[in-house]
Amino acid sequence: MFASVVRFWAYGWIDKLYIQPKFHFSYFGFDWVQPIGEYTYLLFIICGLSALFVAIGYQYRLAIVVFFLSFTYIELMDKTTYLNHYYFISLLSFLMIWLPAHRYFSIDAYRNSGLRTQQVPRWSIDTIKLMLAIVYFYAGLAKLNSDWLIEAMPLKIWLPGRYDLPVLGSLLEQEWAIYFFSWTGALYDLSIPFLLFYRKTRLIGFALVVVFHFLTSALFPIGMFPYIMIVSTLIFFSPQLHHNILQRIANVGRFSKHIFDNNQVLQPIRSSGYQIKLGFLAAFFALQLALPFRHLLYPGELFWTEEGFRFSWRVMLMEKAGYTQFKIVDQENNNSFYVDNSDFLTSFQEKQMAFQPDFIIEYAHYLRDHFTRQGHQDVAVFAESYVALNGRRSRPYIDPTVDLASQPISLKPKTWILPFNDQISGL
Amino acid sequence: MLSRYLATLAFILTVSGSLLLTSCGDDGDGSPGDGDTDTFDRGAMLAHWADNIIVPAYQSYQQDLSALVSSSETFAETPDAVNLATLQSNWEQAYLSWQRVSMFEIGKAEELVLRSFTNIYPADTSGILDNIASGSYNLQLASKHDEQGFPAIEYLLFAKSPSETVDAFTGNSARGQYLLDLTKRMQSLTSEVVDDWQGGYRDSFVADDGSSGTSSVNKLVNDYIFYYEKALRAGKIGIPAGVFSSSPLAHTVEARYSGELAKPFFLEALDATQDFFNGANHGGTSSGPSLRAYLDHLNTIKEGEDLGTLIDDQFQSARLVANGLADNFYGQVQADHSAMLALYDELQKNVVFLKVDMLQALNINVDFVDADGD
Repeated sequence: MFASVVRFWAYGWIDKLYIQPKFHFSYFGFDWVQPIGEYTYLLFIICGLSALFVAIGYQYRLAIVVFFLSFTYIELMDKTTYLNHYYFISLLSFLMIWLPAHRYFSIDAYRNSGLRTQQVPRWSIDTIKLMLAIVYFYAGLAKLNSDWLIEAMPLKIWLPGRYDLPVLGSLLEQEWAIYFFSWTGALYDLSIPFLLFYRKTRLIGFALVVVFHFLTSALFPIGMFPYIMIVSTLIFFSPQLHHNILQRIANVGRFSKHIFDNNQVLQPIRSSGYQIKLGFLAAFFALQLALPFRHLLYPGELFWTEEGFRFSWRVMLMEKAGYTQFKIVDQENNNSFYVDNSDFLTSFQEKQMAFQPDFIIEYAHYLRDHFTRQGHQDVAVFAESYVALNGRRSRPYIDPTVDLASQPISLKPKTWILPFNDQISGL
Repeated sequence: MLSRYLATLAFILTVSGSLLLTSCGDDGDGSPGDGDTDTFDRGAMLAHWADNIIVPAYQSYQQDLSALVSSSETFAETPDAVNLATLQSNWEQAYLSWQRVSMFEIGKAEELVLRSFTNIYPADTSGILDNIASGSYNLQLASKHDEQGFPAIEYLLFAKSPSETVDAFTGNSARGQYLLDLTKRMQSLTSEVVDDWQGGYRDSFVADDGSSGTSSVNKLVNDYIFYYEKALRAGKIGIPAGVFSSSPLAHTVEARYSGELAKPFFLEALDATQDFFNGANHGGTSSGPSLRAYLDHLNTIKEGEDLGTLIDDQFQSARLVANGLADNFYGQVQADHSAMLALYDELQKNVVFLKVDMLQALNINVDFVDADGD
């Protein structure tokens, strides 16, 4: 994660994504989370350092809390940058707050012999495994839809675009290869948790993890995610493997890990606090299992309205692009004009806004407030929007007759999204 | 244990790797441009763009600019009605040629911000007069964009009647000098661009035929759409028609002073964008690999909409509406701006087709940031 922060910085993304934009898209209920000017760099420093501290196990409990809070704060600042794997990191770090991950091979345990234990309760490992299994399995379930399996979309758009890859390139324009990638991708996601759970298939499972994630990292611009997943799935392996890896690290660092090997077992204390902690984690996972299905509460096609799309491990499922412009009407003088989006949004924000209804309404409200401040009276905001989904021709997206300025921002179904007029069957 | 595990892993990786290798072996060596009919040859498209469209268009423009420079020298030397008429007509011809290169703001042109130094309108007339009066000005400053280029020259040559213009230049060497500075600056900037294309840039442009965000196809397509949306649709039509303001802004039209040229310039620019889409050679009747052909090729894979025809037809629809407008857009906006708004609507439809449908089909990103497709 330290490397991730450094990479983010090196690309100049802190400035581009969090400092330059005049306006940030907030998650519902989190509009108080805003970038803090130049101090945003400080936030990233804190986040990077706490990641490093977690890794070496120095002041673990404090470090992981700080990491979770700073990382999550960074993600909450602007939902334009939402990525499933950032969400995954947030959840994982949240889980790790409750885990005794500092008891072995850490500076904390080195300095405090009372903390050292060689074994931790099984549940602490199993929670991580369960989290990973949810990510893969739900990602697999989400792929069981007609666009993915029958149309091989969006891979039919994405793969031919990578014709220039060595070796694979010419293959990616072959129809059978695209279907092969679609179907094996879905199968992979659904089966990998089970392959990793069972000892006999574990090695095959991990080999598949490595091949799959190297392929995706070569094919798609998804940053650190493949590497994070490859390393994360090592949790499924036996303690022996981890001992060996740590021994390697110790050898490189020329220190001994023997002092940690004290055969102490961290005994679960049957206190009520401990029970509450386990109950809390159980509730956390119940929520995780339910949240991806919340789209069932909304009418309309999920991929089209995106109501309930985020936080549900729907990864790499659609190629969606839009074009949305806004008409400002001064209802007092009956003047109207269109907004030049680049006056307010970065090109990345504009691109993301153009096809996501919750962005559109939030931006419409921002425009209403902006032009009201400028002296326009009784401002109404209308959106003209066209969106193309998975290779379908672009079609009108937002009802152009609805004044978005007077529509509430809420989690209720958005009635001003025009119908999709097509069907994507599946989960 | 670890070594055994690593050995197994290495074995599996090797096997899967060689499987991939052998399965590709049937398709030839996989290098681009080896006559593989399954693959669209982007390198050939880039070469066609460079050799048959971009460089020839710049060369025509460069020729017209040197005619403009020499006639401005003649006029500055001897300001009379005949020399003015020649100068005006050379200005018009160069401005027309400009409409065919403006969209190619890539490479040296991008570095020099050629469009901003060539065609920002409306011209800042008081800034121009101040420059002439003081005799000291640095045309390289970004703040001087609207005090140079075609619009500034137009102001000097067309704002008054021919006889008044001749009078204004007579005995006013500072005004003549400013005119010369403007035309020569355009000439030298353009020479830099042409020299660069004829030097190493053409080859590196063609060689960069990959699919990354900074590859030639991605960059030029982005530049092309940016031009269509901002310069053609908004600049020439939308802004004067009052699309982005509470009321129409007639003074912001292109070719504000010269009268009947705004529509011919607009139509030339529209033709240029359509010709580029269809891969038509500059100044010729033949054509080569194009965005349209590329879309057709990808359509054989995904069997979707016939986007190429859709976009080409939409260019034609816009042209039909434009034909109904007066040649003088300044007059048109004042008389009836709704006709301009109708043209804007037609242009707008192709922004959606180009920016949403075409970019999606070509899998070209507008910006480079990690995205996992949700």
